[in-house]
Amino acid sequence: MRKTCLDMVYELAKTDNRVVFIGSDLGIGTLKEFKAEMPERFFMEGVSEANLIGMSAGLALEGKIVYANTIATFITRRCFEQVCLDLCLHNVNVRIIGNGGGLVYAPLGPTHLATEDIAILRALPNMTILAPADATEMRRMMPRTLDHHGPIYIRLGKGGDPVVTDPSQPFEIGKIFVMREGSDAVIVSTGITLKRALDAAESLHAQGIEAAVLHCPTVKPLDAAVIRRFAEVAPVIVAVEEHTIVGGLGSAVAEILAESDFASLKRFRRIGIPDVFPDQYGSQDTLLARYSITAERISSTVEQLSAK
Amino acid sequence: MSTKTVPISNTPLDERSRQFRRTIVKAIKAGNRGHVGSSFSLVEILRVLYDDVLKFDSANPRWPLRDRCILSKGHGCLALYAVLADKGFFPESELWKFCKPEGMLGGHPEYGKVPGVEASTGSLGHGLSIGVGMALNARIDKSSHRTFVVISDGESNEGSVWEAALCAAKHMLSNLVVLLDYNKQQSYGTTYEVLDLDPLADKWRAFGFAVQEVDGHSVAELRSALAATPFQADKPSIIICHTIKGKGISFVENNLNWHHKTKLSDEEMQSLMAELGA
Repeated sequence: MRKTCLDMVYELAKTDNRVVFIGSDLGIGTLKEFKAEMPERFFMEGVSEANLIGMSAGLALEGKIVYANTIATFITRRCFEQVCLDLCLHNVNVRIIGNGGGLVYAPLGPTHLATEDIAILRALPNMTILAPADATEMRRMMPRTLDHHGPIYIRLGKGGDPVVTDPSQPFEIGKIFVMREGSDAVIVSTGITLKRALDAAESLHAQGIEAAVLHCPTVKPLDAAVIRRFAEVAPVIVAVEEHTIVGGLGSAVAEILAESDFASLKRFRRIGIPDVFPDQYGSQDTLLARYSITAERISSTVEQLSAK
Repeated sequence: MSTKTVPISNTPLDERSRQFRRTIVKAIKAGNRGHVGSSFSLVEILRVLYDDVLKFDSANPRWPLRDRCILSKGHGCLALYAVLADKGFFPESELWKFCKPEGMLGGHPEYGKVPGVEASTGSLGHGLSIGVGMALNARIDKSSHRTFVVISDGESNEGSVWEAALCAAKHMLSNLVVLLDYNKQQSYGTTYEVLDLDPLADKWRAFGFAVQEVDGHSVAELRSALAATPFQADKPSIIICHTIKGKGISFVENNLNWHHKTKLSDEEMQSLMAELGA
């Protein structure tokens, strides 16, 4: 997914001379063709995220479309005020690309885990948050970032994530994709947890529970109308994400549900990382399993809520 | 604890400089608040920039070939507002609505609200990086316009200022000029007490800038230094402007009780205006 994303930045830059790339201190050879062919629009500016965001804003205020890239936690936590003021307050066309959203950097420990990136950026006016599920979706998504007005956060998965989105489905920023219909329950997901949501829906189907799966590659702005439409008919709603349960997709869905004045009772749960700093290493998958961000947990949660 | 003391400048102010200060005082009175000392130390820096150096068209503030000027020490905005109004970016009457709900001029300058303001500042340590981006853009677009960023000494406590300095030097941004308002006072005390920056010129040289130091209240020295920019063809330039916080009023100069003021009394108003030759 990361490679696809950066490849797309290169492709966009070749056809649009407004596109500028700024990295911090990325791996050797990153976007070497971009650097060789368009050196005046390629920057690698060192481990100085505050400056990286500020200079991105300066370039964008002058009309450039800036793709700025480093590890997700550093481009969100470290320079949060620059993201807030330089990007969001000025409402400029900077796309911050965060490598390793969620638990991708599990072996490196909590300093490298972007587990609240969605929560903190969701609170910023003008910010758009994108978390595609796989590399093919990333390929469809990136061209749509070119002419979108305002800052965007692009949350990258690990890479090699199973392809679960529909290649024929055109991407649209702000749109929720209905991956599966169903009126017994609604599973709302973002990013790579879509695969788990789809697997859970399949096993629920085997038990006679029809769960809709809503994929939200745009977490902000979140399409409240679609969530309401599905939740209106289904008594059970579960949100799942590779992110703390505080302030992310689950919270956003909860806010929509709580303010929807449904005529019938709804049962709702968030599945995500609990309010802790992850305390083990291993892999992304082992940490996802540790916090039960799994298809089994999603289906068992839906079952339990359905039985109440 | 540092034993260094803040120097006193006896540089006389001409009528234009006093006029700008009277305007600032009236705006503070109208808005019932404002950074007095921080604005007064800036007046000659901004006046010379807008009178003698910057290319701009106040009737067309977004003119692409204009020089960009960012007041990174946004709390000195009253000096900028007084100069921008003088240059016709907006009517002077806006100054008398300073910080009021119906006004467009707030306690820190805002991009998109105030004609002539290139970036929203106020939180310190942001403007230089934005200026670096603008200067890089001019290079990419092969445009001859330049970028000027005014920063403060207290602001230079922020690490981001030095990140930006490294970046500007790496790119040899000779189209970038930094002016540092070195009044040697921050909010709690002197820069020597709070976080000493000296040897300041040596630091900027070490960070890759070409440096000149001037009396920041001397219009002639500022003109001469700015006329000589870029000081080197392959480096960004910085002018360290030695200034006096509150310059121009004896009981305000170097008096931290006047860093930020609310509710000027009529007596204070009279004294201020009297010292400013009203």
